[in-house]
Amino acid sequence: MEPILTINNLTKKFGYLTAVKDLSFTINKGNVYGILGPNGSGKSTTLGIVLNVVNKTSGDFKWFDGNTTTHDALKKVGAIIERPNFYPYMTAYQNLKLVCKIKGVSPNKIDEKLEVVGLLERKNSKFRTYSLGMKQRLAIASALLNDPEILILDEPTNGLDPQGIHQIRQIIKDIAQQGTTILLASHLLDEVEKVCSHVVVLRKGVKLYSGRVDEMISSHGFFELKCNNQKALLDVIEKDPVFGKVKTNDDLVTAFLNEPLSSEDFNKQLFEKGIVLTHLVQRKESLEEQFLQLTDNN
Amino acid sequence: MLRLLQLELQKLLLNKTSKVLIFISFILPFFVILLSSLKINVFGFFTLELGELGVFNFPIIWHLTTFFSSQFKFFFAIVVVSMIGNEYSNKTLKQNLIDGLSKKEFILSKFYTIVFFSFVSTILIGLISLCIGLYYSSYNEFGIIIQEINFLLAYFVKLVGFFSLCLFLGMLVKRSAFALAFLFVLYIVEWIVFWGSYEILGNTESAFKVKRFMPLESMYKLIDQPFQRVAMTKFPEKAELVYDYAVHWHEIVIVLGWTALFIFLSYSLLKKRDL
Repeated sequence: MEPILTINNLTKKFGYLTAVKDLSFTINKGNVYGILGPNGSGKSTTLGIVLNVVNKTSGDFKWFDGNTTTHDALKKVGAIIERPNFYPYMTAYQNLKLVCKIKGVSPNKIDEKLEVVGLLERKNSKFRTYSLGMKQRLAIASALLNDPEILILDEPTNGLDPQGIHQIRQIIKDIAQQGTTILLASHLLDEVEKVCSHVVVLRKGVKLYSGRVDEMISSHGFFELKCNNQKALLDVIEKDPVFGKVKTNDDLVTAFLNEPLSSEDFNKQLFEKGIVLTHLVQRKESLEEQFLQLTDNN
Repeated sequence: MLRLLQLELQKLLLNKTSKVLIFISFILPFFVILLSSLKINVFGFFTLELGELGVFNFPIIWHLTTFFSSQFKFFFAIVVVSMIGNEYSNKTLKQNLIDGLSKKEFILSKFYTIVFFSFVSTILIGLISLCIGLYYSSYNEFGIIIQEINFLLAYFVKLVGFFSLCLFLGMLVKRSAFALAFLFVLYIVEWIVFWGSYEILGNTESAFKVKRFMPLESMYKLIDQPFQRVAMTKFPEKAELVYDYAVHWHEIVIVLGWTALFIFLSYSLLKKRDL
């Protein structure tokens, strides 16, 4: 796999506070990465360092093969951080033209990218007349101008209304489908869960996990079961070594798996023992549950 | 270099406030000089014509025009500090860097813009002085025309130096109004230095010599006030009027030194900062 960004032992101190501590991970081409962590866990600082706006204290990072300077590498990157920053007195078109000049790409893609985010009709309005949602979409258009190798988004739905959040997510999903590598920093877990294949979990500047979303905790998922004869069901489950912990909540039984078992096989086994289920759901822990479990354990 | 200049020009020229201020600082002195050279008939009572006073004679005209138009530099100084202040308050500086501009390029694009406007202004003042001079001057020999043309060079260096100082103050305090206030503080500081050196050295002359090394004073001394010189031409017998008004190389070197220092300091400030 082709690495896009490699971070090695990166540390950033603000006075006594260590915002990022000895962080290492690699971003490979073609995946959608999420950086997860509560507020103040060092997500934005890490992105700030690789985006050339925050100075690192120690460690290093390299873009692509490491042979380009950071600011040249950033010309091949699209990034949005926290708040959309543009010149309020310029129109959307003029703002994007300025970005084109900085990135050294031709301005003939501006209309196309404005179309992607649905702002083409407003391209000659001044930036200061835009709503927050429109500003955020303009920021995405701006990040896409150079057809970036990687798109970095820091809290892209912060402060938006539900409709705006939906629009932004849809745009992100569309971009991800076209095979663009995406790095998404967020504390909204469902947001990350919906689009990311890999995650890096941070807490207080320390990396807790990095890897595939579905391998975050070694778990084979669990069954949610209901049965009219709950006692018989519990007897079977508790004897079966396949199952570990079992939780009963009124008529709902939650049984955690120790090793893989398909719902089809399980249902068949029970039926053969004369137990008929009224409810059978096989699930894996949601990212939120996994995240909480991970942050609790450490 | 052209790319960086274009970038900054787009930022400036699309902004109404800076457009007006640029107009005031560079085009207005041009017109003021032009108007003052015309024959003005004051309600039929008498005609006022500055040209008659001999102030538009070569080579004194170079001195006069550059001195007067450099008074307008304060308007562009506002543009310079606000072009830094706005980048901070709009957070566009951060965005520019993320988009792939290096910190060095950012400072250079501001510096190139300063040099560009100073150069354009110098050319404009040079042309208008030449035209008016050719029209009024009693001496039209080439040798006399180009005599003291180094006032134009001094004017250019003075503008670049002053705006570099503003650029540095803008970078230092990040806010336009405070940066301008700092200019005033610097002015006071220079007088304190003057006072201090007077206490130590014991006479005004050497104290002034020390002050001449300070940024604002060194820029001011590049083009000395021309009034005394005009008076000198009127009363050549009065020896107490004689003073040294010429542009000296060491004065230019001092200002260029400050310019280099201010640009370098602006860059190291930006480099060190977390945005």
